Amino acid sequence: MPAEIYLNIAVSGLLTGLVYGLMALGLSVIFGVVRVVNFAHGEMMTIAMYLAIVLFAAFKLDPLVMMMPIAGVLFVFGYALQAGLINPFINRPEHSQFMLLVALAIIIVNVLLMLFGPDARSVQTAYSFDSFLVGALIVDATKVYAGAAAIVVASALFAFFRFARIGKAIRACADNYTGALVVGLDVKRLYALTFGLGAACVGAAGSMLVLLIDVTPTLGPAYTLLAFVIVITGGLGSMPGALLGGVLIGLTEALAGLFFTPSAKSMFAFAILVLVLLFRPQGILGKKPS
Amino acid sequence: MIAALLDGVPRRVLALLAVVLALLLAAPFIANDYLLTVLILILYFAYTGQAWNIMFGFAGQLSLGHAIFVGLGGYAAAALYVHFGIAPWVGLAGAIALAAACGALIGFLAFRFGVAGVYFAILTIAFAEFARIGFDHFNWVGGSAGLFLPVANYARNDLWNLRGNPAMFYYVMLALTVAAFLLSHVLLRSRIGYCWLAIREDEQAARALGIDTFRYKMVAVVISAAMTSVAGVFFAFYYNNLFPEQVFHISRSIELILAPIIGGVGTLFGPIIGAFLLTSLAEGLREVMTAFGFDAPGAKQVFYGICLLVVVILVPDGVWPPLARALRLTTRRES
Amino acid sequence: MTDNRRSPLTRRRVLAGTAASLLAAPAIVRAQGGPLKVGVLLPRTGAQAGIGQDCQRGVEIAPGIFKDLGLPDLTIMNGDTETNVEVARARAEKMINDGAQLLVGAFDSGQSTAIAQVAEQKGIPFVINIAAAPPITEQGYKFVFRNFPTAPMILADAFANQKEIFESTGKAPKSVVFMHVNDTFGTAMKNGIGAVMPKFNMPYQLVEQIAYDPTARDLSVEVAKAKAAGAEALLMVSRLNDAILITRELVKQRWSPMAVLSMGPGWYEDQYLKTLGKLADGPMSFVPWYDPNKKLSRELEAALAKAHPDINLNTNHIYTFEALLVAADAYKRAGSTDPKALADAIRATNITNNVSTGPGIQFDAKGQNDKLKNSAIQNRGGKLVTVAPKVASNAQPELPMTPYDKRG
Repeated sequence: MPAEIYLNIAVSGLLTGLVYGLMALGLSVIFGVVRVVNFAHGEMMTIAMYLAIVLFAAFKLDPLVMMMPIAGVLFVFGYALQAGLINPFINRPEHSQFMLLVALAIIIVNVLLMLFGPDARSVQTAYSFDSFLVGALIVDATKVYAGAAAIVVASALFAFFRFARIGKAIRACADNYTGALVVGLDVKRLYALTFGLGAACVGAAGSMLVLLIDVTPTLGPAYTLLAFVIVITGGLGSMPGALLGGVLIGLTEALAGLFFTPSAKSMFAFAILVLVLLFRPQGILGKKPS
Repeated sequence: MIAALLDGVPRRVLALLAVVLALLLAAPFIANDYLLTVLILILYFAYTGQAWNIMFGFAGQLSLGHAIFVGLGGYAAAALYVHFGIAPWVGLAGAIALAAACGALIGFLAFRFGVAGVYFAILTIAFAEFARIGFDHFNWVGGSAGLFLPVANYARNDLWNLRGNPAMFYYVMLALTVAAFLLSHVLLRSRIGYCWLAIREDEQAARALGIDTFRYKMVAVVISAAMTSVAGVFFAFYYNNLFPEQVFHISRSIELILAPIIGGVGTLFGPIIGAFLLTSLAEGLREVMTAFGFDAPGAKQVFYGICLLVVVILVPDGVWPPLARALRLTTRRES
Repeated sequence: MTDNRRSPLTRRRVLAGTAASLLAAPAIVRAQGGPLKVGVLLPRTGAQAGIGQDCQRGVEIAPGIFKDLGLPDLTIMNGDTETNVEVARARAEKMINDGAQLLVGAFDSGQSTAIAQVAEQKGIPFVINIAAAPPITEQGYKFVFRNFPTAPMILADAFANQKEIFESTGKAPKSVVFMHVNDTFGTAMKNGIGAVMPKFNMPYQLVEQIAYDPTARDLSVEVAKAKAAGAEALLMVSRLNDAILITRELVKQRWSPMAVLSMGPGWYEDQYLKTLGKLADGPMSFVPWYDPNKKLSRELEAALAKAHPDINLNTNHIYTFEALLVAADAYKRAGSTDPKALADAIRATNITNNVSTGPGIQFDAKGQNDKLKNSAIQNRGGKLVTVAPKVASNAQPELPMTPYDKRG
């Protein structure tokens, strides 16, 4: 097989991985801070994707342009969800949280089914079929734009958590819950804010992903699982870790599909997950729990 | 032995159980086939819920990939039947062995390496997905085209080969569920159950007390896996076809654990109450919605989700504990 | 208990209905006069919801046409299998309990198998509209009938039609890469190819086989692999979403195969044509289809155009319609709703005024219509034309396909 094929596929896997990473970033933020296992993560992304489709169908607005408003809507949704529904469950055992979010996921999936029907929807922009010719490489244009957008949003998020006061407060909550309370931080509000931020991340990722794949109401669970694999592989509580995990998984799947049979490529992601869980449970970039 | 089993159980509970059992035994004579099918489903979920409960409710290990044991059991027995003509009661041995080995593997990997809580749950999901994709490519059992069991005529009941009419399957499932129930009861009262409770409440403290937590956790996983695989064998011979996409799918694992969680994790009656409630809810919702002419696809599941939500918020420990208190059925030992 | 129109809710009806379903319903209720109660079981929710709802359109347009044909009325009971084997079985039991005298369904092989068992046990005829797995009619059932080709039949006709097309256009690819979705249907087709293809002496070599995950959202790797195999044409078994994804990748990766030969759904569906516009033209699909030259086909097309003007007549509509046709025709000949009489009548079915390609609807001893023929259709100008077999065609095939970058 000619060498360009490997390179093409690697680049493609890398770019897609960046978008996956952004989606997983949302989960990392939520899980790392609020410690809620968000099993409705993929479903939240599906909402964002449908939102992008509706906006595109009605007003011809490019999803990448609509990324911030959609993220905003998801932020409000996430905030409300955390403050209204999830908050009492934070200290409850995991299986209770799990049930809550599974029930939520069932509701979301079927409301979407009722609203939009079962057929796959997609967004077809002017550049949906474009590809760049870089030497011998053929690079998918939409993937480049999506990947670039992912990097921009992720950087913005890093900056927020590093430099903004609220961002630092949230990190404090995550690192030391009791300490945060003692210092007088309004933990409940910060949690809601964090969930909102995580949801906004997922919303942004959804607007990008809608350029790459088609949406169906039942899209969610596979992406929830993917997000967990990425977060655990990359490292819980580490934001660069989520992006790295995303890229790693994206690359692995792409190359596995190339070398072995594509229908089994997900197995490799799970194999990596198992290895990470066993030998480096804090993930590649995660910190060992104190 | 029976006296030992019944010791400590309040008379009210025994009376209630006797009534329920009598009704269940008589069901095929008073209910029509549709209701029987629903009852079989209820018992199936009660059984698998009970099996899962042993691992989680009793020993505290959250498994979200339990469908893997159902699938392994089903495929093992079905493959032996299809390729070698081995009857399911004999194939059961193969099914249990395979599932127990898998459970032991997962347990060993997880517990030796200290994988717990959410991470353990995700590990189980990973294994189930691995199995799903693996079996999709496993051509000896049909791969993703599915494994079809040859179906003989239904004129006679062949209990040995598990071919027959719904009433036969019903009694088999009833027997399995009662057995699971009794086994859980015995386990709970035994030394094993005591150790499990300790591990569930505070593993470090249990270890400090000298309990070999690794061994007991392994026992829980293996027993749970073995029990679940029997359900898989039943599933295979009742529906007569197996597709990896359906059998190992994560939605199956989730479906399996809804009953015990809603009913009451860690309790003896929880899975059964939960199975009964959920299946009745699903069927009942459908009836109500068609009666109202509200046929939009997905509407029923939305209501189902809302009901789940309400239950989880109002009775976070499950339906059974408050119900038992209300009926004054609790003993000192039941949580 | 349920039918097409919304029934007014009265407390008495709900209570009566609940009571009736809970207690034993004697079987003698079934053999009575009046319209035949047909239970239609389809996946209306779950993963196959789109297809199930599409099949339903075939049910909707049937009554008007049956009236014109002088066939008796049917009372349709709609059921949802929720793309789930357990639910399918429970629904079937429930419908029979509610008085269904005949069942139709269920699109998916697994669900159809579960329903078939119930139907056989209860002695209620079950006419399968769509399900390609061979084992269903190999069980020796007396009450299960399938008016749909099995995967080996689809394959055999696919190769025969391809050869006919290659001969009439004078062009043929020398090599193909076979891509298939790794689900029930795709795998059944893949398994069949090994047995069926050698018998036809095809002019092309199969240089590579690529299987992909049905839930895959990104097929760039698969298409890259296919392109790298250097074949001239693409032999496909896919579903709708994959077809769209693959076409997009073909454009983006700048590979225009000489032909896309699809032996399954997807490449001809409305969503495909609508989404891809000009890029949708060219692929040929070798599928169970209708004969556009038959009189009833034209009536069916007209009826569908009236009810759903933007939807092309396709396999889902045709075979669901024909399942009901079998039911109505058998009812007319049997003259009673007794299930055994119906089953015997169905076994003796000989409908030549039908829609699907082939001599008509007849069932062999196993309950399979082994006389069905499959057609080859091609996307042209946003519509579908039938290009093979010649007797059932209405257009000439176009080979090779216009390259994607030359389509303006």
